[in-house]
Amino acid sequence: MTTVKTTGQSRVTDSAITWLFRNHIWLFLCLAVMIFSITSPYFLTVNNISNVLTQGAFIGILAVGMTMVMIDGEIDLSVGATLALSTALAIGLQEQIGVWPAVLAGLLSGAALGFLNGTITAYSGIHSFIVTLGALIGIRGLVFIYTGEDALMVQDFSYTEYAEIYLGPVSITALTFFALALFFQWVLSSTRHGRETFAIGDNIEAAHDAGINIKRHKIINFTICGTMAAVAGILLSMRLGTAEPNAGKVWELWTIIAVVLGGTRLTGGFGSMWKTIGGVMTLAVLRNGLRLLNTPNYVELMVMGTVLILALLLDRFLANRTEAR
Amino acid sequence: MTTQPPILTVNQVTKTFPGVVALDKVSFDIRRGEVHALVGENGAGKSTLMKVLAGLYKADSGEIIYKGQPVNITSPLDARHQGILLIHQELSLSPELSVAENIFLGAWPTNRIGILRKSRLNKDAQAALTALGADFGPNVRLGSLSIAKQQMVEIARANAFEANVVIFDEPTASLTDTEKDLLFATIRDLRDRGVGIVYISHKMDEIFELTDRITVLRDGQVQGTVQTADTDLGQITQMMIGRELEKFFHRAKSTLGAEVLRVENLANARHFRDVSLSVRQGEVLGLYGLVGAGRSELVETIFGVRSMDAGEIFWHGQPTGRLTPRKATDLGIALVPENRKEQGLVLGQGGRANISLPHPGMFSRATIMSISAELRVFENYKNRLDIKTTGPEQVLSDLSGGNQQKFVLAKWLCAEPKLIILDEPTRGIDIGSKSAIHELIAGLAENGLAVIVISSEMPEVLGVSHRILAMSDGRMVGEFSGDEMTEKNLIEAVSHRTPAAPILA
Amino acid sequence: MESISGVISQLKKHGLLVAFTVFLAAVALSTDAFLSVGNILDVLRQVSITGMIAIGTTFVVITGRLDLSVGSMLTLLTVVLVDQHDHVGPLLAIIIMLTTAVALGAFNGLLVGYLKLNALIVTLAMLSFLQGLTLLYSGGSNVNIPNAQTTWFRFFGRSDLFGIPVPVILFLGVAALAAFLLGRTVYGRQVYAVGGNETASNFSGVSSSRTVFWAYVLSALATGFAAMILGSRVMGAQNTIGQGYELTVLAGIILGGTSMLGGSGSVWRTVIGISMLGFIQNGLLLMGFEYYVQWLVTWAVIIVAVWVDLAGKRGRVLA
Repeated sequence: MTTVKTTGQSRVTDSAITWLFRNHIWLFLCLAVMIFSITSPYFLTVNNISNVLTQGAFIGILAVGMTMVMIDGEIDLSVGATLALSTALAIGLQEQIGVWPAVLAGLLSGAALGFLNGTITAYSGIHSFIVTLGALIGIRGLVFIYTGEDALMVQDFSYTEYAEIYLGPVSITALTFFALALFFQWVLSSTRHGRETFAIGDNIEAAHDAGINIKRHKIINFTICGTMAAVAGILLSMRLGTAEPNAGKVWELWTIIAVVLGGTRLTGGFGSMWKTIGGVMTLAVLRNGLRLLNTPNYVELMVMGTVLILALLLDRFLANRTEAR
Repeated sequence: MTTQPPILTVNQVTKTFPGVVALDKVSFDIRRGEVHALVGENGAGKSTLMKVLAGLYKADSGEIIYKGQPVNITSPLDARHQGILLIHQELSLSPELSVAENIFLGAWPTNRIGILRKSRLNKDAQAALTALGADFGPNVRLGSLSIAKQQMVEIARANAFEANVVIFDEPTASLTDTEKDLLFATIRDLRDRGVGIVYISHKMDEIFELTDRITVLRDGQVQGTVQTADTDLGQITQMMIGRELEKFFHRAKSTLGAEVLRVENLANARHFRDVSLSVRQGEVLGLYGLVGAGRSELVETIFGVRSMDAGEIFWHGQPTGRLTPRKATDLGIALVPENRKEQGLVLGQGGRANISLPHPGMFSRATIMSISAELRVFENYKNRLDIKTTGPEQVLSDLSGGNQQKFVLAKWLCAEPKLIILDEPTRGIDIGSKSAIHELIAGLAENGLAVIVISSEMPEVLGVSHRILAMSDGRMVGEFSGDEMTEKNLIEAVSHRTPAAPILA
Repeated sequence: MESISGVISQLKKHGLLVAFTVFLAAVALSTDAFLSVGNILDVLRQVSITGMIAIGTTFVVITGRLDLSVGSMLTLLTVVLVDQHDHVGPLLAIIIMLTTAVALGAFNGLLVGYLKLNALIVTLAMLSFLQGLTLLYSGGSNVNIPNAQTTWFRFFGRSDLFGIPVPVILFLGVAALAAFLLGRTVYGRQVYAVGGNETASNFSGVSSSRTVFWAYVLSALATGFAAMILGSRVMGAQNTIGQGYELTVLAGIILGGTSMLGGSGSVWRTVIGISMLGFIQNGLLLMGFEYYVQWLVTWAVIIVAVWVDLAGKRGRVLA
């Protein structure tokens, strides 16, 4: 058993350093903001910040659901496809059943698919990677079956006005993201479901022996994740007014990147919505900053890949330095 | 202590698995306010009995009478609610949650819509902690505490759930001596409060120190229950294995040859410093110390699994530079690691595949593996070491600890190493197999191998070694041979916090 | 009585193959075209690209890791190959492409094997990075080979040898080599050992870092071979040509029964898994379903297949 040999550091700096090690995303975010405010005069404008918040919010809402599932020790690769399906239903059903019932249908589809993923994972014992990999492939099939190969278009364009609702510079999309993130952070820290989710991801045998209903918590978290994907899909449909069958493709990867960048662990039992907000915002700032510099598309892709690997290296380096036992 | 009525009685309980009768009409009882030891060889049935009591298994027949009534324990949660608590070797706790959340895991106070009532939780947890004399509070993250303190949290759970029966399964495996004393004090405290305690352990000295009664199991049957004060090690051993072990430990009668390994001023920044040792052909070098002394880390560094931060290694007098496990193996060094499940074997594979792993050259030509060569060696060692297995492909996870350990030995011995390092080779193994391994060690030394044995069991290290090195807190604190090898000298050597003298030449 | 329960347990063990046979029979009955030689060869030709990649990725999965970068890698390698074909000729182009493949695989192997970073995240990052690299290289435009009829490069994707399409011969040939490597050599044993228990492997003198490293190199090399076939077939490459392949590769490996946890599996299982996937997709198309219906069926098949396999191992259906 190793012991940390503290040689004369005061306890305050000790715990400050520990906090920084466990929450390093904020350092990244500050760095990114600083760099881009220097490189482009448009970056720190109100208009641009508003854009950043809105653009980041879509991945952000997905990330809220993904965080719940990851703390549980699982993963959901199907969020992009679920998003596409809810977008398609929200727009496609409007003619038959009206705007709000269509939106509701979209939301319910997300919840239902999440519930399905959770149930299969919990009851079959198949790892969620495989279950949601199948769902990723299959739900995309459902989307195409419903929409065909062409995008659906909304009939009444006033539908897109909902996306224009702003509270000052903050769009309704961004507001929804923050509201959901804060709500679920509260769930994670103050409700039994949230704390038991940590227990399950942290030490599943202990949770099992303590009588915690593991299956129920997993199903709840997957349902939340699916619903979040649907919420993002609805908001996207309001923004674009169209439902593309290829919507959300690869978005699950960005979502995972954002959550992991923020510091939540893939192995489960560790993470928070604060970290996810940090990761989502850092990702959004990076993409926005690069776009403002008029860098070609490929730069963004390559920078994202590099940043992610650097984040992993940093996390490894930090983990080697701190030892609590 | 007056004789109390039994709180839990096991009556003619039988439990079978396909092909094996694990428990055969077992009857014994636990009284309030006693520490009752459960001993037996591996496979004797202790673990099965414990799991039946804790609700993990269901008995096939017989009954369990608890608080005067026959009960049916359906699950660990059910057992806990009834007041029967099992404390494993692997702590059943969640490092990311707080101490309070861990104490009441599964039974947190919440309001109607599922919101945690934190102040109530912390208050109740604090009460449990204070009762134990804990020096930490309920809000601390569990993962930031040492193992010994985490164990206290487990015990606090027992108090919190008002357990009537607490079963400890090998609780001192990773504790230092001070922590062990703290644990024993806590156990005595529980006992004085009327809790019935079952103490399962292989460590006889602990059992004689702590317990009031001892029940011996052999082959799923109870051999007898005796008062600890009225019996001795010899009698218990006889009950466990059915025969008196003549030679408890074997010291090799070998002629010592040339120096094989020498290590000078070896250091690994985090675990040990300035360690020097040497070992000769035919010699059994014991490495004694308390848990945490750095012995495993030392041999892992020699073997190359850990990085060497300072010092030099000499093999047959030649400097080797930094070693890797591959280089060490090729030189003729073998390491039988401490944790056989995680470090020693690929449990998902069979014996044949495991045996050939460290020395593929022996079993292949031009990198193509020869299965017939593997089978030959497998059969050879199956017979030599008397390994009980159904065949070369039987997955090793099915085998008992003793048989698994034999496969670890087989995979190293088949290549005729010059130096074999054994790290706690008989931990968690029953007395019969222990003795076989001691015989084996003596035989290896008599055949000219150099042997290093790490052991925390005083009698074992005194019994097998020609020479003993004592290690404490990452430093070499003493070297003893011949008449100097006594319990007193060893204990004194390791109880100094800072080493008094450098290693004696 | 005993023979019936014996039959049932055999069915349970090979439930997947039985279901697949039933499916094949159903499709064969409903369309004439399915069981024609031409169609079967067609399917195998299509499957040989994904299958080729999957052969390499199988090594990675058995060590307990993942490689999600293969799709983007396929795109990059095919684009480089097709583009260089006109600049330096087919032989040099192949050499350049394969060298690039090995370099990329080595990079993955360095990060996941030696630096021990998380495989999912690293290969995701590479997926993104390589997509960008492809755009950078191609400048956003598609590439093609103008003299498609006359170049010998067409051998890999468009020729037949003794009536069998060359892609199929290459696929099965490489599969045989890989199966030998995995099943009969020292390296193959090390792959299984590292996947089974990495710590114990290290304690036994096996360098898990090196084993994982080479697995990623093999995965990339196999992707390079696939690029040869793909480039030769299409005689051109768009910037999205490899998109989505990583999913099909994974699905095929999973269907074949190789465990994502590592330590077990085989090349032939992957060949069967990928082939099954190919025939399912083909059968559905022949029965008149749209191409995206096969995605739905793939979803169901994956879940059912893995569930049945797990249940068989566990002896009961529910977890």
